[in-house]
Amino acid sequence: MERDNIILSAEQLSIGYSNKKESAAIADSINITLSQGKLIALIGANGIGKSTLLRTLTGIQQPLKGTVLLKGKKVNDYNAKELAQTLGIVLTESLPPSNLTVFELVALGRQPYTNWLGTLSPEDIQQVNKAIQLTQIEYLIHKRHFEISDGQLQKVLIARALAQDTPLIILDEPTTHLDLLHKVNLLRLLKRLTSETGKCILYSTHDLDLALQLSDEMVVMTPDSVTQDTPKNLITNKVFDKLFNDENISFDVQKGGFVIK
Amino acid sequence: MQHKKNILLFTILGITLTVLFLVNICLGSVKIPMYDVIQSLTGGEASKTAWEYIVLHYRLPKAVTAVLVGIGLSISGLLMQTLFRNPLAGPDVLGLSSGASLGVAFVILGAGMLSGVFAGFFLSPYGIVLAAIAGSFIVLLAILVVAQKLRDTMAILIIGLMFSSFTGAIVGVLSYFSTAEQLQKFTFWALGSLGNLPWSNIIILAVACFTGLLMAALCIKPLDALLLGERYAKSMGINFKRTRILIIIATSLLTGAITAFTGPIVFIGLVVPHIAKLIFKTSSHLVLFWATILIGAGILLFCDTFTQLPGSEYVLPINAIASIIGAPIVIWLLLHKRKGIFS
Repeated sequence: MERDNIILSAEQLSIGYSNKKESAAIADSINITLSQGKLIALIGANGIGKSTLLRTLTGIQQPLKGTVLLKGKKVNDYNAKELAQTLGIVLTESLPPSNLTVFELVALGRQPYTNWLGTLSPEDIQQVNKAIQLTQIEYLIHKRHFEISDGQLQKVLIARALAQDTPLIILDEPTTHLDLLHKVNLLRLLKRLTSETGKCILYSTHDLDLALQLSDEMVVMTPDSVTQDTPKNLITNKVFDKLFNDENISFDVQKGGFVIK
Repeated sequence: MQHKKNILLFTILGITLTVLFLVNICLGSVKIPMYDVIQSLTGGEASKTAWEYIVLHYRLPKAVTAVLVGIGLSISGLLMQTLFRNPLAGPDVLGLSSGASLGVAFVILGAGMLSGVFAGFFLSPYGIVLAAIAGSFIVLLAILVVAQKLRDTMAILIIGLMFSSFTGAIVGVLSYFSTAEQLQKFTFWALGSLGNLPWSNIIILAVACFTGLLMAALCIKPLDALLLGERYAKSMGINFKRTRILIIIATSLLTGAITAFTGPIVFIGLVVPHIAKLIFKTSSHLVLFWATILIGAGILLFCDTFTQLPGSEYVLPINAIASIIGAPIVIWLLLHKRKGIFS
């Protein structure tokens, strides 16, 4: 039962960069399991290798050791189209200039399913509308993507990933550039999406306090190890104390956040 | 709603293009009435046999060349603007035309250094076309390497500028060592001209253009994905490397072949895609592909009509007219820049 729900699993994964002469591992012995219907936060200090881990999980980068299994198949063995139907991403980088409307942007998510000209079938349009409804951006669909706010654009990009209809969505720091209210709204949206659609959503973030309250599970990267557990267990096991290599910053269990001495 | 509006716009563009095509054939040093033009084109008899001869042997080849050149350069511009995420990209801006010129310069000015048989081949239309395509291909590859390292769009434009001045310098050195006759031939070529192409050359041009357009058509869907950037495009299952190679071959083929036969023609490749984007207010490459084809052909016919000062013997270089019309449009675009087109 439990096994069927697993969408992505990584065992004894070692990530980093390698060239002919040497390979430099950034993190070793990573074990991660991403299951259906779970919202999972990836936490770690700057430069710890969050991006490298995400790149390895999404198949952009080869792991140094170990394998990433996506739906039971090695992620590097997928062809581009199959991978696009299994894994959707949302990035932080700004979009190049274009005249795309919000609807057209979300509809691009259907590319892995459309013909060589990218024509939308009735089913594609239905999926796009479903994604738009789920993210509640109906009022934006005729606007150009550069006319809307950062928070709205983030929702639109999530809608695009939803339209791609993949069991797993990975978001790279979706809450940066947003104020507290929009951060909370966005994470609530992600939480609702996991429970309503049964998808697994993995996102990297620096907003530990919000992630603690709104995630089902967390993957914490510290200089020594990578730990995956529920927020409650992570607090009990004092994993967060090792998050920053600085004795002036410590985790306060009562407050559920960091305190500075 | 949007769909109906597009059909209406396409119909208007189609009719305008047909009218421009016929008017272009009517006007010139001798004005030929529209009725006689249509008669000559449809195989009937014109009022004067001389008119029929002029239409079929001078005006029609020139109009067809204008259409091919307009389409080819504009589609190149559209492809490059999306590939380089740069609204100011175009075959002349990025130095592709210069690359093609360099190829042609080597052939025309350097042919003397080669032995008889080789010189004969390289000076044939095929030789010149191949040299021009190779020239623009090499420049495009160089720009691509630079674009990989520099994400800054302005830097890419400056690199294009550097290529132009670099090739200009080499052409300068070559012309210093060439004969007056070769120099004259090259200078006339460099001024740009749509006329005087025999049908055999127009067929070579047409084949190159259709091949380029076919490749461009295969890129319509990936180009739409590239509107979100390379990483999103890849995540949506686009084979980015294949797409990039297709775009590069298509643009080199189009720009190279066109430049070989008509000389470097400026502004068209840069301006036409913008006019298409302004009129249709969309980023869908399927719509823009057809819009760019129709507008590109129309604009070049329009420019060409003005090169023959009506009723006079004088013929102005096409580049002069293209610049007079193109430069103000670029300035207007920059002044009215919106985040959608420029960022």
